[in-house]
Amino acid sequence: MSVRPVLGESVRVADLSFGYHREDVVQGVSFTAKAGGFLGIIGPNGSGKSTLLKLMSGVEKPRGGSVEVADFDIATRSRLELGRHIAVVPQETTMAFPYTVLEMVLFGRTPHLSGFAFENDRDVDVARWALDRTATSHLAQRPVTELSGGERQRVALARALAQEPRVLLLDEPSAFLDIRHEVEMYDLLRELANEGMTIVSVLHDLNLAALYCEHIVLLSDGAVYRQGRPEEVMNYENLTTVYGTEIYVSLNDITGTLNILPLDVTHRAQLAARRAEGEGET
Amino acid sequence: MTTHSRLTRQRFAVVISCLSVLLVCSVLACAMIGPVRINLAEVFSPGVEATILFRARLPRVLLSVAVGAALAMAGTVLQALLRNPLAEPHILGVSGGAAFGGVLTLFFADQTMLPAFLVTPVGAFAGALAAMLAVYRLGTVHGKLQPYTFLLAGVVCNAFTGALIMAVNSMADLFQTHGILFWLMGSLATTSYPLVAASFVYVLLGGGLLLRETRSLNALSLGEESATQLGVDVAAVRRLCFVVVSLLVGAGVAVSGMIGFVGLIVPHVTRLLFGPDHRLLLPASALVGGVFLAGADTLARSATGAAEIPVGVVTALCGGPFFVYLLRRKGGQDFGI
Repeated sequence: MSVRPVLGESVRVADLSFGYHREDVVQGVSFTAKAGGFLGIIGPNGSGKSTLLKLMSGVEKPRGGSVEVADFDIATRSRLELGRHIAVVPQETTMAFPYTVLEMVLFGRTPHLSGFAFENDRDVDVARWALDRTATSHLAQRPVTELSGGERQRVALARALAQEPRVLLLDEPSAFLDIRHEVEMYDLLRELANEGMTIVSVLHDLNLAALYCEHIVLLSDGAVYRQGRPEEVMNYENLTTVYGTEIYVSLNDITGTLNILPLDVTHRAQLAARRAEGEGET
Repeated sequence: MTTHSRLTRQRFAVVISCLSVLLVCSVLACAMIGPVRINLAEVFSPGVEATILFRARLPRVLLSVAVGAALAMAGTVLQALLRNPLAEPHILGVSGGAAFGGVLTLFFADQTMLPAFLVTPVGAFAGALAAMLAVYRLGTVHGKLQPYTFLLAGVVCNAFTGALIMAVNSMADLFQTHGILFWLMGSLATTSYPLVAASFVYVLLGGGLLLRETRSLNALSLGEESATQLGVDVAAVRRLCFVVVSLLVGAGVAVSGMIGFVGLIVPHVTRLLFGPDHRLLLPASALVGGVFLAGADTLARSATGAAEIPVGVVTALCGGPFFVYLLRRKGGQDFGI
């Protein structure tokens, strides 16, 4: 097929702040997602991850700071233009009416059409390519309302890819997937990043974040606590402090990446006892 | 559930042409039905049969087509905006608002000697718009539409306008009350071609405006946030759609009173037949709505021999059970709500 992924653009988030009421949900966040890179945003519940993503897609307007894609500030562009640059895969897609998978993926062409229009051959080619990349071609004629959770998320990704975005934002895309579907999804994202697409994903699973992302932004209370390569950011001190529970970090001897495990109540107690003992001796 | 194929220009053309032919045939068939048998050979020469056909039946059938199309389009759009297949102008209180507006103008027209046929449509439209606006404000939090709250606000609005209508009625004298009740019950009986023409202007104008937003309505099926990220100016689309829906419902109520359930049944059946793509669903619903109401009205005026039953009774008798069937069958879970 003639469709090739569009080359990604870098995203620069500069001193971004936002709040729904008085208090700031996001405060002074700055980072840069490299073109063709895979950046992961992690942090505890309520640390502002999803809000940050909404600001980056322009759904919410920041109180201060800016989001720049390539050379323009997204605040200066129309919704339609943003739709041609940035695609978002939400945590979960609920569909109001029984569209077929192909129809839903063709919705991704929305920003490329205007007024009352029918999709042309190229639009259909792009949709077929997106289905192919996400291994959902066989589902094309199925109603989206009848898909399993895993299938639905892959179709949601296909829809986002059909937008031909320069930047792909994902909000915990695997929150409702089992481990195999999760890995398959991130493998595909890794592949897309290697082909040049810029990927920014909020991740719930710290191990997957360590495994797939080159750059990690660790959020705490709406601000960046640390950022950098996974092994710089995701160590015992940082994670334990930010998440507020004992977290054990080791190296995986197969992948060489980090293994991150929480400690259960018994082991937390043992650890605390051992520490108290240690303090008593010195 | 049977699946439908992707919407192409060809498929659009085929479906719309077929439905248009069906509509024309229905209009002719409905015009032929009635207490007086019409001999086709006689209708082109002046006489009683020509008078009955062209002066009484045809304008009435045409008016029912216009009103059916308007209500069906209103229902289609409301269902898309609320992402809920149970939304309908009646249930959301828009028809109630229009009825109250109409009743109020009828009441004051009588007091001030203003011509009722001029002010009632204005009142109905204003009432529909006010009800829509009230429900919209109540059902939207921080600029985001909350379908559940919206539906509930509609139900409340419906009850509220019902009470207001009764209040106005209780203040009116017996003669006025009769006029108001007669108007509320609704009838498509007309001999006025200008009225028919005006109704079609509303339908075509409103339909044209809505048709341009149908791709946005498709994107809205994914939710408001996803639609925004696909480049849709959700607030603008919503505003335009709500105003046009108020216009269509106001016009419908003004000429024919409260006719319920057309906006519920027609979009649903059309969606089952041709799929949920709004580019096709909206115009197809309009055509099916025309066929449906023309048929219902023909049934209303010819089912019982002597007096006719209000057409709203016929649509409600079809629509009530259909609504229950939808609730039982879908239970909401198919629709992500």
